[in-house]
Amino acid sequence: MRNTTQLLELKPERLDVGEFSQQPISISGRSFLADVSGALYWPAEDVLIVADLHLEKGSSFAARGVLLPPYDTAATLERLAATLDAYQAATVICLGDSFHDRNAGERMCDKDRETLAILQEDREWLWLNGNHDPVIAECFGGQVLPEITVSGITFRHEPAASPVTHEIAGHLHPAARVSFHGHVIRRPCFVGNGNRLVLPAFGTYAGGLNVLDDAFAPLFGNDGLSVLVMGQEGLYPIAARLLKED
Amino acid sequence: MTGVSEKAGRRRAAKGVKAEEAKAAGMVLPDPFAAWFARRGWSPRVHQLALIAQSKARRSTLLIAPTGAGKTLAGFLPSLIALSEAPKRPKQGAGLRTLYISPLKALAEDISRNLVAPVSEMGLKVAIETRTGDTSVARRARQRVKPPHILLTTPEQVALMLSSSDAGYVFGDLDTIILDELHALAPSKRGDLLSLGLSRLHTLAPGLMTLGLSATVARPSELRSYLVPQAAPDLMRTMADVVVAKGGAAPEIAILEIEEPVPWGGHSARYAMADIYRAIEAHRTTLVFVNTRMQAEMVFQELWRINESNLPIALHHGSLDKARRIKVEKAMAEGQLRAVVATSTLDLGIDWGDVDLVVNVGAPKGASRLAQRIGRANHRLDEPSEALLVPANRFEVLECRAALEAAKAGEQDTYIARSGALDVLAQHVLGMACSGPFRPEDLYEEVRAAAPYSALTRDRFDRVVDFVATGGYALKAYERFARLRPTGDGHLRLAHPSLIRQYRMNAGTIVEAPMIKIRLVGQRRRKTTGQPGARPLMGGRVLGEVEEYFVEQLSPGMTFVFAGEILRFEGMEETEAYVTRAPGADAMIPSYAGGKFPLSTHLAKRVRAMLADRKQWNGLPLPVAEWLRLQDGYSQLPGIDDVLVETFPRGNRHFMVAYPFEGRLAHQTLGMLLTRRLERDGARPMGFVANDYGLAIWGLGDLSQRIADGTLKLDRLFAEDMLGDDLEAWLAESSLMRRTFRTVAVIAGLIERRHPGREKSGRQVTMSTDLVYNVLRRHDPGHILLEAAWEDAATGLLDIARLGQFLARTRGRIRHQALDRVSPLSVPILIEIGVEPVARIAREDLLREAAQELIAEAMRLDGSGKKRT
Repeated sequence: MRNTTQLLELKPERLDVGEFSQQPISISGRSFLADVSGALYWPAEDVLIVADLHLEKGSSFAARGVLLPPYDTAATLERLAATLDAYQAATVICLGDSFHDRNAGERMCDKDRETLAILQEDREWLWLNGNHDPVIAECFGGQVLPEITVSGITFRHEPAASPVTHEIAGHLHPAARVSFHGHVIRRPCFVGNGNRLVLPAFGTYAGGLNVLDDAFAPLFGNDGLSVLVMGQEGLYPIAARLLKED
Repeated sequence: MTGVSEKAGRRRAAKGVKAEEAKAAGMVLPDPFAAWFARRGWSPRVHQLALIAQSKARRSTLLIAPTGAGKTLAGFLPSLIALSEAPKRPKQGAGLRTLYISPLKALAEDISRNLVAPVSEMGLKVAIETRTGDTSVARRARQRVKPPHILLTTPEQVALMLSSSDAGYVFGDLDTIILDELHALAPSKRGDLLSLGLSRLHTLAPGLMTLGLSATVARPSELRSYLVPQAAPDLMRTMADVVVAKGGAAPEIAILEIEEPVPWGGHSARYAMADIYRAIEAHRTTLVFVNTRMQAEMVFQELWRINESNLPIALHHGSLDKARRIKVEKAMAEGQLRAVVATSTLDLGIDWGDVDLVVNVGAPKGASRLAQRIGRANHRLDEPSEALLVPANRFEVLECRAALEAAKAGEQDTYIARSGALDVLAQHVLGMACSGPFRPEDLYEEVRAAAPYSALTRDRFDRVVDFVATGGYALKAYERFARLRPTGDGHLRLAHPSLIRQYRMNAGTIVEAPMIKIRLVGQRRRKTTGQPGARPLMGGRVLGEVEEYFVEQLSPGMTFVFAGEILRFEGMEETEAYVTRAPGADAMIPSYAGGKFPLSTHLAKRVRAMLADRKQWNGLPLPVAEWLRLQDGYSQLPGIDDVLVETFPRGNRHFMVAYPFEGRLAHQTLGMLLTRRLERDGARPMGFVANDYGLAIWGLGDLSQRIADGTLKLDRLFAEDMLGDDLEAWLAESSLMRRTFRTVAVIAGLIERRHPGREKSGRQVTMSTDLVYNVLRRHDPGHILLEAAWEDAATGLLDIARLGQFLARTRGRIRHQALDRVSPLSVPILIEIGVEPVARIAREDLLREAAQELIAEAMRLDGSGKKRT
C-alpha cells in the first residue's frame, strides 16, 4: 500500500471512532468484523469484503437524461481506499454488481481508473459477477469469478433463496427502518442470523431495500434475523421489534 | 359570479374613489350588459366600470378590492364586452382571447359555473372552458387545436401549454390575462413559475393586457410590477396602473371575554367551547377558523360533545378526502349547515353563502389574514361583518388585541417581494427548450422581464442553463449526455424528444411531503402488523390523507383524532394506514403540522408596545393584567426596542428565556444557533423550545452564575455573527437543509418526481436525495442547486432576514434579569416543552440509544450483558 497516501488526503474526516465503529460478527463459526463503512473484514484470512459498489451509476442515470452529480464513483473509491488503509487486507472480494452496467467501463474517467489501479496494487483482487455486471472487462484487473469458497464460507452475489448456512452475499442492499422515540431513521445495515450474512451496498448511490421486505423472507426462514445498522460514526445492533416496514 | 354580482346589486356605489377613477363613473355599459344589470335591478360598481375604461385604453391594471366587492366580475366584464362587440376578429392563432389564472383549480371551476349563467342570460356567444389537472386528455388535446374564447386555468397548466411547440398558435390571439388572488399567488414558487410564463406570453402575444385581482395589501407596487414586463434592472420599475375599491362598513370584531380564566399555554381554547357553541346557536351560519388541522379536529370534537341541540356542525380541512370536502362545501352553499370548523383551506375566495359570524380560534397571526377571514362573513360591503376572536392562551389575548387594533387602523401585512427561485427557472428553461430551440440571450432578456427575475445576472442565468444542459458540475463529465445542444447558429435545442415526456412528468412547483391515505376498516378485519402471512386487509372507506411522518410516529393500538372521529391505528400497507373506529377511547393527539403561521412583524411590534405601556393593561381581561403585574413586580417586562433575557434554575436544570416576539421560525433558528454557541462555551445546554413569542433554553450549567462572573457574555452570545459560520455549520448537518434540497432538486429536474402508483411494483430500492445531497456538498460545494437550496431555506423556514433584523435592532440592548425561580411571563413558553417535540436529538445519538436499549434488554434477559448481533 505504498501509494495510498495521495488517496488519504481525500479521505473524509471520521468524527468519532468510538466503541461502535466495528462490531464482531460470527458466521457459521468464523469470526468477522463488520466495519462502519459497510465493509466486512475477515482477520483469519486477511480478506476485506465489499458488496454492490455500483460504480458509474450516476453516469448511467445521466445517459437517460437524469443528470445526477458525477462524483459517485470517486466517492465510492475514496471510502474503499480509506477502509483498505485501515485494514491493509491482502485480499479484496467484491461481491458483484461492482459496476452498474456493462458500459460502465467506457464511461469511467481516467482519474477513477487510476485510483482503482492503485487500490489493486500489491493485493489479490476478486470480482464476483452480479446481475448488473455479468461481464467485467479485463482492463479492470483482478480475477473474475461467478462465486468462490474460502475456508468453508461461500461468497456469492445473490444469496441462495433457501435457508442455507456458510454464505456471505450482497445483491439485496439491506436497509433497516428504525422507529425510536417517535423518530424514524432509515439506514443501510448488515443482516444475518449467525449462519449467513447479507452485506449492505457499499456504492455511494446504491440505495437500500427494507430487511422486512418479502425478498428477505426465504433467506432466514423462521430463525429470525439480526441487524447492524450503519450510522455515521458507528454500527448499532438494533432489536427486531424496533424495525419497521416501509 | 351570480353570487358576487347579486350582492353587488344590493350595494350603492362606494364613495370616495380615487380621482382618476372618477371618469370611469361616466362609463356607459353596452346594451346587453346594461339591460342585464337593469333586469336584475343592479347597478355596476365604480371599480367595475373603472376596469372597463382601463381595458378600453389597453392599460394593464391591478384591482385591489376587499372580499365581496365583485372583484372577479370586474375582471371578466372587459373581456365579455370586447367579445360581445367583436366576436370575430381576424385570427392570427387559435382564437383564444382571455386567459384566467387562479391558484386553485376548484376556484377555476367555481368561476366557470358562475360565469356561464350570466353569459347565457345576456345571450353572448362566448365559449368558456376550464383546463386543470382533472381535465381529460382528449379535451386538453382539443383545446390546443380549438380553444374557447375564455380559458380558466392554473399556473401549472399554463407552463405545460407553453412547453408545447404549438404555443405560438394557441396563444396567438390572446389579448387579456386575468390573474385572480394575485396576493396569494405572487409570493411563492408558483408565482415565480407564473411570472416566467407571463413573460413568455408577452413575447407570443405582444400588446397583451394583464388584469390582476388582489385583496388589500400594504405595498401594491410589488404586485403592480409583477403584471407588466420589466425594463433593464438599472431603470425604474415598470408598473401597471392600480384601481382601489374602497372598503365598506368597518367590521365588528370582538374578543371573547368570559369568566373562565384564560389558560397559561396551549392552543386548544377548550375553555371557551361553551361560549363558541352559544354564539353558533345565536347566529344563522358560523365559520369557525382555526390555525392548524389538529386544532380543527379538536374543536370539532369538543363542539359535538356539547351539541345538545344537534346543530349541523361540519368539519373542513385540507387533509380530508376530496369527496368529503365537496360534500361539506355543497351543504354549506345550500345553507344546510349552522357551522363549519375550518383551517386555511377556506381562506381563498370560494363563495360560501350566507355566513353571518366568523369565529377565529387562536390568534390570527397577521392582520391581512384576519381581514380575509372576517371577509367570509356576509360578503357585503355595506353591512359590517361580525367576528369573534377567541384567544387560546394569555399571549394570544395580547395578540388578538393587537390584531384588533391593526384591523381598526386598516393596517395590512407587507407583501415581501421575492427574488425568483433558481430551481423554478431551471424548470422553465427546460420547458422552453421543449417548445423549440432558443437563443440564450433572447431567453435571458425574456426572463429578466419577469419582475421576480429582473435582478438576475447573466452569469447566474448561464449557470442555470448549464445545469439544465449538462448538470452544471465543476467536473465536466456529462457533455455527451447533454440535454441541450448547440445548433451551430447560436441556438440551443433539446437533445432528445424523450426529454419532453420527462419535463411533463416533473413539471410544477408543488412538492408534497409523501402522503398516506387513512382507510377505515371494520373491527373484525383488524390485523396485527409485522406478522408474516397475516390476512390482507380489505379496503374500507378512505377518510383522507396525512403526511407520512405523522403516521410514522404511530404504533398499532394508538388512537388519534382524524376526520372528526377517534380512530385506532391498526397498521400500514404500502401507502395506506388502516384504522378502526375507537369511540369513547381517550384519544392521544400526536401533533401534526399543517398550516402554522408565524406572527407577523407589525403585530409583534404592537404586542411589544402593549407590554411596555402599563396604561393599556387596564383594558385587558383581569387574569391577563394580573399576570403582567406579577411579571412586572417579580422580574421585568420586555421593552419596545430591546430584548429581555431571564435566567433561573428550575428542578435540577438552569433555564434561559428570551422574548424577541419575532415568530416561531426565527426563534427556532435562534434557538439552534444559541444552543450551539452555549455548547461551545461549555454551558452544557440540553434542549430548547420556541413559540411565536419567545424561546427557552435549558441545560446543566448555571447560566446566572456564568453571566455574573463574566464567563458568559450575552452581547457576545446574541452577536449578529451567529448568522455566519455558526449558521452554515449547523445547516450543513440539519435535516431541514436536506428537505429543502429535496424540494429544489425535484423542481429543478435533477431527480425525478415520485409518482404515486408507479412505485408500488415489485421490491423497491430507494435511493434517497440525501445521498445526492451529501455527494454534492462534498464534491461540488459551489453547485447552483446548493445555492438555490440555501436561498430557499434562508427566506422560508429559517426566517433569517427577520432574525437578522432582530439581532441588529437589539444590538447593545439586551436586558438581563437573573431570578431564583421561574418567571410568570416564561410559563406559557415552558408549557410548550413536551407539547412541541424538542427536535434536536441527533440521529446518531438516537441510534446509539436504541442500541443501548437492546443491550440493556439483553442484560435483563441473561444477565451476561454480552453484545451480539
